[in-house]
Amino acid sequence: MSLVEKHQKLERNSVILLIATTIAVLIGGVVEIIPLFRTETQIKPVGDIRPYTPLELAGQNIYVREGCHTCHSQQIRSLRDEVVRYGHYSIPAESMYDHPFLWGSKRTGPDLARVGGKYSDDWHVAHLKEPRDLVPESVMPSYSFLMKKGAKIDDLGSHLKALQSLGVPYTDEMVELAQQDAIAQATGEARTDTSGLAERYGEKVNARDFDGQPHIVSEMDALVAYLQVLGTFVDFDAIKDVEDEAP
Amino acid sequence: MSDKNNQNHTGKGKGKDIDHATGIETTGHEWDGIKELNNPMPRWWLWVFFITIIWSVWYWVVYPSWPVPGGATLGTKGYTQEGALKESQQEIFARQQVYLDKFQQASFDEILNDQELYRFAMTGGAAAFKDNCATCHGAGGAGQTGYPNLNDDDWLWGGRLSDISQTLHYGIRAGNMDTHLSQMPAFGKDKLLSREEIEAVVDHVMFISGQVKADSEHGAQIFAQQCAACHGENGQGDREFGAPNLTDKIWLYGGDRHTVYETVYNARAGVMPAWKDRLDENTIRQLTIYIHQLGGGEQDDMAMEEEAGDVREREDNAGQL
Repeated sequence: MSLVEKHQKLERNSVILLIATTIAVLIGGVVEIIPLFRTETQIKPVGDIRPYTPLELAGQNIYVREGCHTCHSQQIRSLRDEVVRYGHYSIPAESMYDHPFLWGSKRTGPDLARVGGKYSDDWHVAHLKEPRDLVPESVMPSYSFLMKKGAKIDDLGSHLKALQSLGVPYTDEMVELAQQDAIAQATGEARTDTSGLAERYGEKVNARDFDGQPHIVSEMDALVAYLQVLGTFVDFDAIKDVEDEAP
Repeated sequence: MSDKNNQNHTGKGKGKDIDHATGIETTGHEWDGIKELNNPMPRWWLWVFFITIIWSVWYWVVYPSWPVPGGATLGTKGYTQEGALKESQQEIFARQQVYLDKFQQASFDEILNDQELYRFAMTGGAAAFKDNCATCHGAGGAGQTGYPNLNDDDWLWGGRLSDISQTLHYGIRAGNMDTHLSQMPAFGKDKLLSREEIEAVVDHVMFISGQVKADSEHGAQIFAQQCAACHGENGQGDREFGAPNLTDKIWLYGGDRHTVYETVYNARAGVMPAWKDRLDENTIRQLTIYIHQLGGGEQDDMAMEEEAGDVREREDNAGQL
């Protein structure tokens, strides 16, 4: 058993063992880490996915701050029951502009990856204020304070700029007009001119008074704007061909 | 077995430290006079270890595993999670196909008259209702403030199968071309009526809903001018505008004086999402039947016209008007 003999040499000499261990760990590391530098090869093209508007981004910040991701996942797995309950499974392109991504790993509450458009704004506001008014068995805390707190929108420009440097396709114009766009989106088409917002982020942008308080941009506005857009970027009927071609 | 193995081992080397009591070689390390026996790994453990190595090599060949430039090795089996999902969905579709073949072709009338199809619709409808509708309308469809009860026969936009199907497809104030759309004016907020006038018209509403005995003549006048166009002369409502009946005891937001005042002052405009892009046609048809059967479903006087296509066509025509 010469192999065993050799292995004994390895085991009894700490320097050789250290070197051998390092090599083994390095191989494992390379296999796991290198693909991360090439994630673009794993993201199937699905047409135009727009980055979040400044208001939605402010909402995402609140989502992170309040730790929503600790109880709600944002990733529908490709399992039959999940697809029936939540809709089309999540695809990589949908979270490519999320910094940080908010897939989450725990579902005390339901998955939110496709909650956008599933409920009305009124429902979201009432539910965030007092979840048990609408879902009696809910254990979600009340977030009624979001109504009274103004959203932090004065620094959204620098936020966009930071994301720009990470590769999110914000234009300089978007960065410059971030605060203005946030106010326009939360005020709504009915009360203000949102054409600039629509021009920059697309006609499908939800521009309306989300929280029923037209004159302030509350944190409720921001969070509901964010929730109402989750999972709505991809038109899955349009990309069916791309999927069918996939190996 | 292992003893023999050990002896072979220990016999070979020179200068080995043999433990006297057991005759087994030690590792040579000593901690305050305590030495560690160099027993080999149990055979079964080693075999499991070797098998896992062989298994991993098989895995590399069969399944996607190693990263290579431009992606990863695909494996001989061609496994993908998407493919696995499609397969498992196929299995369910195949099981449902027995019903789906008939269900897709059948009109609502035929489904209602066919025990098997009816059961299929009700089971699927109940499941879809829990996933999608119960959050607002309640698990039993009893509704809550702002979200109508679906068990009674008091419908805002109509309770025939075709009406329910239309509402499910396109929603209410859901921002598409075919959605139910109406907007009650905010009489107070937009200064269409003074506070006194609103008080008066609320008095009248309290009277026609049978909550007070005395009518307000002034209120009745205002009602006739401002409200009757949608809610009807006698306040019996009009489904054309989703205007609720004010004379029954059923209230969406509440029928007490304070809430009615609030409703007239700020107006209401409940939203229901459109489901045509979220749910497939069969699920919407199942839901239509399920909701129709909850208790308040109305008879379709235009028989055989409930096909979704007909509904859409009819609505398109309505849209052109």
